[in-house]
Amino acid sequence: MLALLLLADSRLPSGGHGHSGGVEALVDRDLVRSVDDLALFLDGRVRTGGRVVAAAAAVACALAGPAASASGGGQQGAAARAERQQRRPAGTPGAPDRATPGAPDWARWDAAVSARTPSAALRAASRAQGGALLRTVALAFPTPAVAALRALPRVHHPLVLGVAAAAAGGDPGQAAALALHHLVGGASTAAVRLLGLDPLRVAAVAAGIARTADPVAAEAAALAVAAVAADDPTLLPTEGSPLTDVLAELHRASEATLFAS
Amino acid sequence: MHRDDLLTAHAHAPLPAAPGRAVRIGIGGPVGGGKTALVAALCRTLRDTMSLAVVTNDIYTTEDADFLRRHGVLPDERIRAVQTGCCPHTAIRDDITANLDAVEELVALHDPDLVLVESGGDNLTATFSYGLIDKQIFVVDVAGGDKVPRKGGPGVIRSDLLVINKTDLAPLVGADLEVMRTDAERLRGDLPTVLVSLREEPDAGPIAEWVTALVRARRP
Repeated sequence: MLALLLLADSRLPSGGHGHSGGVEALVDRDLVRSVDDLALFLDGRVRTGGRVVAAAAAVACALAGPAASASGGGQQGAAARAERQQRRPAGTPGAPDRATPGAPDWARWDAAVSARTPSAALRAASRAQGGALLRTVALAFPTPAVAALRALPRVHHPLVLGVAAAAAGGDPGQAAALALHHLVGGASTAAVRLLGLDPLRVAAVAAGIARTADPVAAEAAALAVAAVAADDPTLLPTEGSPLTDVLAELHRASEATLFAS
Repeated sequence: MHRDDLLTAHAHAPLPAAPGRAVRIGIGGPVGGGKTALVAALCRTLRDTMSLAVVTNDIYTTEDADFLRRHGVLPDERIRAVQTGCCPHTAIRDDITANLDAVEELVALHDPDLVLVESGGDNLTATFSYGLIDKQIFVVDVAGGDKVPRKGGPGVIRSDLLVINKTDLAPLVGADLEVMRTDAERLRGDLPTVLVSLREEPDAGPIAEWVTALVRARRP
């Protein structure tokens, strides 16, 4: 349990402090000015982009564990994967030759996250934070799945988070919750720093968002487990928020920003 | 061993001999002390004798890049700006991942002898993690008052080099340079301190010599 809590701790080095989750771009344009504005923004993000990153984290956790977990507890995941690989007829589209038999084809799932992240700036931010988290996780939880991600070009943050969650003994539902926890926490702390909002009231907002976020995490995890069982990344949720995407592009082109995204 | 002794021992440790690996030097200190001026001075003085790259955590605008380019300090592709989300000390101490990425990218592209990592302006308690840099320079200035060294803090006490800048302003702000020097020496033991006016000595002579010795030790 403590290993999993480490992944929820903003003190774990993961590059997150340099990203505002879209808040700085909104603040710069007077679109978020108060605690109430922040609450509305978070509610929308959790239901859209949050649902996507939660599902991606859950997918990675399902693909990586529990066989990859240090806590042991079973070869079930690996056995199921191997069985799936055997059942899949040779030459099935989406079964590239380069994948090691039994090992997840991370590139396909990574591409699915990219397809659900239309802003190039947000894709870059996701990969930067994925790389940063992987640096820390590679030392803290050196499992085979973590090593497999290290061998690839930078993958998206929620996938790294999900693999780390599996390595820390977590399940897909917990991985999805972690992704939403960081989405809410990163945006909240950025709003406090940029606007001088009352941090106690912001904490209360974050606590209230849990009522929305918990069911989103559960749904996202269920969709993710189904997508992994079907070995089909297209089954992942696709919600988005166009304003966030557009503002992320404008933010990247802006002068003297304090947050990278 | 006392925790402070451990930190000090770490700071004193010689650089490991690693041919081909750039020396990384962090430059930190409070806002307005002269960190950017020192980076510019070191680049101007050292660029003809070694290969350089700079990571800046300061709020970096196109204007800043233009300034550096216009003054021929360093070409743009040798400078990386890292945004720290209003927390400059976090990026150099508690979560160094974004800065590590920037340093490693510059090393991969240019194989420099020296990488300077300039912190965003912070306060007396901000110091670099030795996971990010090999040695660190802490820059304070005379205009901040002659009590600054006495206040101590990890930057003043344990930095590998303490620079007290803007000595030319001492008579104007009523600062006693001898008090600053004595306080710094008392707190720092054998660690070096340089009093300088980068405005009057734009080649940053003694600091450039200290940096050059570190680079030579690694890349003879």
